[in-house]
Amino acid sequence: MIIKQLSVFLENKTGRLNEVTQILGNAGINMSAFSVADTSEFGILRMIVSDPEKALSILKEAEFSVRLTDVICLNSPNEPGSLARALNILSGENVFIEYLYAYSMDNKSANIVLKPDNIEKCIEVLTAHQLELVKASDMYKF
Amino acid sequence: MIWNEKMECADRDEMRAVQTERLKETVNRIYHNVPSYRQKMQEAGLVPDDIQSVDDLCKLPFTVKTDLRDNYPFGTFTVPMSEIVRIHASSGTTGKPTVVGYTRKDLNTWAEVVTRSLCMAGVHREDIVQVAYGYGLFTGGLGLHYGCENLGASVIPISGGNTDKQLQLMQDFGTTVLACTPSYSLFLAEEMEAKGIKKEDLKLRVGIFGAEPWTENMRKEIEAKLGIKAIDIYGLSEIMGPGVSCECEHQTGMHINEDHFIPEIIDPKTLQPLPAGEIGELVFTTITKEGIPLIRYRTRDLTRLNYEKCACGRTLVRMEKCKGRSDDMLIIRGVNVFPSQIESVLLEMSETAPHYLLIVERQGNLDTLKLMVEVQEQFFSDEIKKLEELRKKITHKLQSTLGISVDVKLVEPKTIERTAGKAKRVIDNRNL
Repeated sequence: MIIKQLSVFLENKTGRLNEVTQILGNAGINMSAFSVADTSEFGILRMIVSDPEKALSILKEAEFSVRLTDVICLNSPNEPGSLARALNILSGENVFIEYLYAYSMDNKSANIVLKPDNIEKCIEVLTAHQLELVKASDMYKF
Repeated sequence: MIWNEKMECADRDEMRAVQTERLKETVNRIYHNVPSYRQKMQEAGLVPDDIQSVDDLCKLPFTVKTDLRDNYPFGTFTVPMSEIVRIHASSGTTGKPTVVGYTRKDLNTWAEVVTRSLCMAGVHREDIVQVAYGYGLFTGGLGLHYGCENLGASVIPISGGNTDKQLQLMQDFGTTVLACTPSYSLFLAEEMEAKGIKKEDLKLRVGIFGAEPWTENMRKEIEAKLGIKAIDIYGLSEIMGPGVSCECEHQTGMHINEDHFIPEIIDPKTLQPLPAGEIGELVFTTITKEGIPLIRYRTRDLTRLNYEKCACGRTLVRMEKCKGRSDDMLIIRGVNVFPSQIESVLLEMSETAPHYLLIVERQGNLDTLKLMVEVQEQFFSDEIKKLEELRKKITHKLQSTLGISVDVKLVEPKTIERTAGKAKRVIDNRNL
């Protein structure tokens, strides 16, 4: 259930994102999802990659500030109200979401990557409500 | 007016006789009251009787800033605390400040040398002096204050900052003398322009500027914008505070009050005295101070001395404007900043000190300090919130340690250039 997300510290300057994607591409690492959180001075690139450990070590070698963060991924029907339903359940159980990002590759469903404050409780709540969590191995496959 | 003509215009032999007598007394007192300095003398095989005249000064061991820190807070005081009536402190090379104590006699001496300085600058008892140096642990405010009172001038103890009020009182009270850092005087000039206040609207005629390095070009600019004579005053809290030396109206070097503070110029590498006229590190020996007398204290300021009689009639030796430092201390808006202080703040926050770079700039007329910190693994969090917290924490800690605000910027690893050997920690773009 728990997915290792790769987080990279980036300054806001041209070419940096490029460099990261280039390094990963050259190493044959695929990215299945990513988002960039930014402030006026710096940003954090967060992504789900095919081989998190390898990505971590090659980016470290290239002297990036990088770490793996535990996240989960919710598979939700691609229809109005489905995300609201899931978020309602979580807030009802006092699970706080630090951040999330989502992607959809077909009309049927969407994947929502979540970083909750308490990951065990989040998994427990979602599975108790029969919501579908994507397996880590499925996330890395793409 | 010359405040103390006997001392300020003494011929060289008279001055040397005064210095010799006072030096012998000081060495004797320190030897018997400061164990750490006695030990230094013993290691050099010296007893007080080896010092028979000012010419023997060069035999004595040096005192450095870390000697004060190692005996923090009061270990270098030579009198019991019951004799100490005032304590000041300035930033030390690490977290701990450098502490100095004054007896009542010391405060009188200080007022005397500041009064002499004010007279050198052409200030008299009819003047209204606005003291815009900070009042507090910093020696600037109170130092000027008591000198003005001693002279009989009217003091406005407004302290630093609060620019609107500074300008208001300058107009309403008819301030004739402004005492502050030179960069703040330029800032005031800018604000005047923005508010449509003309120099003709003010009665200012003299500025007493110190606590930071400034150039002849700045002097010209200040004099033109404020319509005043801009006088350079020098001092350091370890020796006394402002008034160790000051320019006269001829503006040809700062007269050192050498009947209280004997200057020497040494080569900062070989530590050997240099002949008069050569540039080197300024070293002071206090010969009348009771609270914390210091022998051959290395100021780290680079300058040269001129023993010729001045056109003003004074014979007090003159020192040129300081040409730089023989250590890495920076003076930002009148505040002493050591890169090592920043390093110790960063060390407190993680197990290994990150790479950092300080960038000093002069924006408009005010110095700004920017700190770039590499976000290495020990600092990196996946959450923006935590990184922002980290940035605020560093900013806050630096502010409370250094006493000035620092713009902290988080940067990627290896952004800061690595050099073989000693890392380059400071870029000073001020062109002073």
